[in-house]
Amino acid sequence: MNEEIRKLYRTAYGLRKDAVDMVYHARTGHAAPCLSEADILTALYFHVMNLDPANPHWADRDRFVLSKGHASPLYYAVLARRGYFPPEDLMEYRGLNTKLQGHPDMKKCPGVDFTTGSLGNGLAGALGMALIGKKDKKDYRVFAVCGDGELDEGIIWEAATYAGNEHLGRLIVFVDNNGLQSGGAVEKIQDLGDIAARFEACKWHAQTIDGHDMEAILDAVAEAEKVTDKPSVIVAKTIKGKGVSFMEGQYLWHMKAPNDEQYAIACEELERKVKEYE
Amino acid sequence: MAAALRDVYGESLVKYGVPDEKVVVLDADLATSTKSVLFGNACPERFFDVGIAEADMVSMAAGFAASGFTPFINTFATFVASICAVSAKSLIAYSGLNVKLMGGNNGLTGGYDGSTHHGIDDINVMRGIPNMLVMSPSTPVMMDWMVKTLVQDHKGPAYVSVSRQGAGEVYEEGTSFTIGQAKTVREGTDATIIAYGLCVPRALQAAEKLAQEGINVRLVDMFTIKPIDRAAVISAAKETGAIITAEEHSVIGGVGTAVAEVLTEEGIAVPFKRVGIQDTFTQSGSYAQLVEIYGVGADGIAQAVRETVARK
Ligand SMILES: Cc1ncc(C[n+]2csc(CCOP(=O)(O)OP(=O)(O)O)c2C)c(N)n1
Ligand SMILES: [Mg+2]
Repeated sequence: MNEEIRKLYRTAYGLRKDAVDMVYHARTGHAAPCLSEADILTALYFHVMNLDPANPHWADRDRFVLSKGHASPLYYAVLARRGYFPPEDLMEYRGLNTKLQGHPDMKKCPGVDFTTGSLGNGLAGALGMALIGKKDKKDYRVFAVCGDGELDEGIIWEAATYAGNEHLGRLIVFVDNNGLQSGGAVEKIQDLGDIAARFEACKWHAQTIDGHDMEAILDAVAEAEKVTDKPSVIVAKTIKGKGVSFMEGQYLWHMKAPNDEQYAIACEELERKVKEYE
Repeated sequence: MAAALRDVYGESLVKYGVPDEKVVVLDADLATSTKSVLFGNACPERFFDVGIAEADMVSMAAGFAASGFTPFINTFATFVASICAVSAKSLIAYSGLNVKLMGGNNGLTGGYDGSTHHGIDDINVMRGIPNMLVMSPSTPVMMDWMVKTLVQDHKGPAYVSVSRQGAGEVYEEGTSFTIGQAKTVREGTDATIIAYGLCVPRALQAAEKLAQEGINVRLVDMFTIKPIDRAAVISAAKETGAIITAEEHSVIGGVGTAVAEVLTEEGIAVPFKRVGIQDTFTQSGSYAQLVEIYGVGADGIAQAVRETVARK
């Protein structure tokens, strides 16, 4: 493993720790949904995307939309560690008069490109940004992360169809395919069948990868960039709660804060992982 | 801790819905929050979790109703008033279908989830739809009655705005209510508070506090927001000479608006004030904090009464 990859893993586990800290401190929030998306957001923000944290509205920056907006703590941690605001502010999460609302708010939080919270709509927002990029012949890319349960929403497929027909090569969407939604297993609630094939039917380029394999994530983005005449979906097989043993694969941790004892275990496990990648 | 209305809702849905073969319950991946999960556990063959697909859920329910069933659909109030609204209007209300739209986590009860999850415009949206009965229960006793009535008696489109929380009981067990008839919770002569939902128990606290200050307030539970009980509004204005509406909802389009419509049409000019969310987006916070800062708690209501009575 090269040093860059090692560093990305280290960062991802550190960010997971931040997210768990925030949910524990606020005593409310979505912990497990943060842990599955951690490697994807880390790869994007700490390796892939062209950004200027000192200038969050830089016109040529790459855009990012967290369509599964409930997983905001990890996103806020990413933005803080990337320099958009001081990491000390993370403990404001879900407090009164804070930029760190329960769901990402583009008017309140520096670095947030798009407000989300009502599932399904983020992808359509990303589509709008990508269309403007195409119209204005801009080079910026638009990244989005959707939940797999979120794919139940009809608007996802309305947006996907439009994006396919517009040949939006600069739109790259990850599906955080952790197999769980709020009430249980995605497969049991609404079996989505072959997610990659569904997007392919909408004229997308599709890849399926291990969403906790940093090299696979970077390779998939590189592969997606080569495809200039189609939007890309990267179906990332992930584990909800990844990195905290008692949260892994447990839908009941979708929205729940750890108690003192659980928090201590989570910290211990995540810190051990950070050390492992030093 | 006061019983949460969502818990009472879930239990009552089991109590009255399970024995009725025609009742079907739908949810969109929020069954543990809305408490429709209790029905799902008790009667899985008449429970449908459609996934995160609110629009599909409501149009599907219209299909159930067109087949002679009584569907109860469940999701957060904010989503009923937005994603579900097309079908609520164009299919269900237009055709008079017997679908019960249950909007959970109403008002500010989504708390920490923030603005995108607060339901402060559901009454406004639903009130504007012809044929739609619009109600919101204030206490556990009324919640139970409402589910019973919707299952056993009422036929046709109905929207119910349900709190995730509870703020106490004001009714005796077994109190009877009538759709469209406001309930007077407390008699008074100096002003009337017209409220619904958790603002009713909170207004009762306010009224008790005000009584110690010598202000004697009537409290009317306007749990049927549409059709509104015009007679109750008119007599409140004539007999007490001042009206304060209170709701955990935008002041636009809720009971405040409905009462103002009655008063103006009747040509009754009395000091009048609307307690509610003042046409602003809300924010994340604990439910108690939000109730306080948006002025819809007992203190906010009491203050509004003092100001209104002073204008008499
Ligand atoms: C339109 C809408 N409906 C319902 C919700 C409530 N909700 C929040 S998260 C969630 C489950 C999401 O599951 P998934 O997309 O798989 O995300 P994960 O947390 O597993 O990554 C639901 C139903 C919402 N935020 N928006
Ligand atoms: Mg999922």
